Amino acid sequence: MKMIVAVIKPHRLDQVRDALTAVGVHGLTVSEVRGYGRQGGHTEIYRGAEYQINFVPKLKLEVAVSNDLCERVVEAIREAANNNQIGDGKIFVIDLEQAMRIRTGESDNEAL
Amino acid sequence: MFERLSSGVAVTFTLLVLSNPASAAEAALNGADTAWILTSTALVLFMTLPGLALFYGGLVRANNVLSVLMHCFAIACLASILWLIGGYALAFGDGGSLQAWIGGAEKWFLLGIGPNVLSGSIPEILFVMFQMTFAIITPALIVGAYVERIKFSAVMVFSGLWLFLVYAPVCHWVWGGGWLAGLGVMDFAGGIVVHVTAGSSALLLAKMLGGRRGFPKDLRPPHNPGMTMIGAAMLWVGWFGFNAGSALAANGSASMAMLVTHISAAAGALTWAILEQWRFGKSSLIGIVTGMVAGLATITPASGFVGPLGALCIGVTAGVVCHFAVGWVKQKIQIDDSLDVFAVHGVGGGLGTLLTAFFAAASLGGVGLAEGTSMGQQFGVQLIGVVAVLVWSVAISYIIVKAVDTMVGLRVEEEDEIVGLDLIAHGERGYDL
Repeated sequence: MKMIVAVIKPHRLDQVRDALTAVGVHGLTVSEVRGYGRQGGHTEIYRGAEYQINFVPKLKLEVAVSNDLCERVVEAIREAANNNQIGDGKIFVIDLEQAMRIRTGESDNEAL
Repeated sequence: MFERLSSGVAVTFTLLVLSNPASAAEAALNGADTAWILTSTALVLFMTLPGLALFYGGLVRANNVLSVLMHCFAIACLASILWLIGGYALAFGDGGSLQAWIGGAEKWFLLGIGPNVLSGSIPEILFVMFQMTFAIITPALIVGAYVERIKFSAVMVFSGLWLFLVYAPVCHWVWGGGWLAGLGVMDFAGGIVVHVTAGSSALLLAKMLGGRRGFPKDLRPPHNPGMTMIGAAMLWVGWFGFNAGSALAANGSASMAMLVTHISAAAGALTWAILEQWRFGKSSLIGIVTGMVAGLATITPASGFVGPLGALCIGVTAGVVCHFAVGWVKQKIQIDDSLDVFAVHGVGGGLGTLLTAFFAAASLGGVGLAEGTSMGQQFGVQLIGVVAVLVWSVAISYIIVKAVDTMVGLRVEEEDEIVGLDLIAHGERGYDL
């Protein structure tokens, strides 16, 4: 199993959800996060004064998937979140040791 | 009494004798005027609570929002009590031999002002109350200069002393029959009395207090522009009471004051938005509402004297001048008058006072200057008023700030400034962060 962690632009969430549903993913966790990458933040202007925004608002997605689904999910997220701009985000894939559904006690792939 | 009631003649006689003073008073009281000033009074309080509080609250960091709301609220309470005790007496009571400079020979604690005492065509207690709401908002305007770093105790002591030593005397000079009134200065609703006093004192206080941590390069942006717009919109509506109420009557002067107030607000707002589009490529919400406040502050001294086209000119001028004044204060002379009290209110109020000399003239659509007075002569009088009040406000505020610094101190510790005044000064949080 793999844990796929993706940091994306907030307004791309709906497209990503649709794409994940299309490849058969049944669950997703979303958090509002802030950070910076190569984009390095941006500036905002209020009453003529520039303010440096060092930490840009993003969404962090966490999806647990079976090994055979992993590649397609990564590709689906990339396509749906891609704006072809700096700041579109990143995708990380981590090995996942164990999973369990709390209600039934099913484990691993059956719990996904 | 009852014996006399048995006789028709006696009844008539009694009524005549007993009701004469009262009926004379009733003849002079105008119900329409009274109703409008009652309404205006509520509108002007609404400008501070919650209008100004929200306007300022949205412009600070998220961990200082409650402190700003608290400053405005607490000042409203304090100024009300001080106005009762002696503020009104000093501003509007007769001053005897010192009448040119200060009132205060009578009317302390509003003694002697019953419900039947009139001021013009309205009850004097209503005039007291109407003016009280001005005495509330003026020190509250200064809040914008010292947000996010001042001690709460310093806010209270400064505001109290300032009301007695700066506001009350200037109010007396202009509206209470003092020396500026004698010169013929024209300030319909408080360009000098409210906006020049507050604006210039704000700049001085910000200079003495020092900038916020990180000023000018490394500041956090306004945390809630939407809150600022809501507050600004309340200011706009409340300003109808401020300016049109200053006619102290329900008449054509009040109606024209309301119209020109509205036109100037709209013109100032659009002008600011256009300037932002031109300079930065985007018109911002905070920009357009700031232009609105600039238009309102600038029309204030002129509101009962100018016509609609004069108001349009004043509003556009306000948008341009105040817009660039903001950059001048923050970036050029680098004083952290945090929410631009001087650039918007001080500059706007002063500018409007000077422009009144021209746009009040009948040839430019105004009600006309005093008989035999030229625009140049009136401009001279207006200039004397603005400069004298500016100098007085800065000088006395300097002494007050020094005194406050000695008594309770001005600034919070740097660590407390980082944490934010909401938790440090008031033990509350506006948001779960």
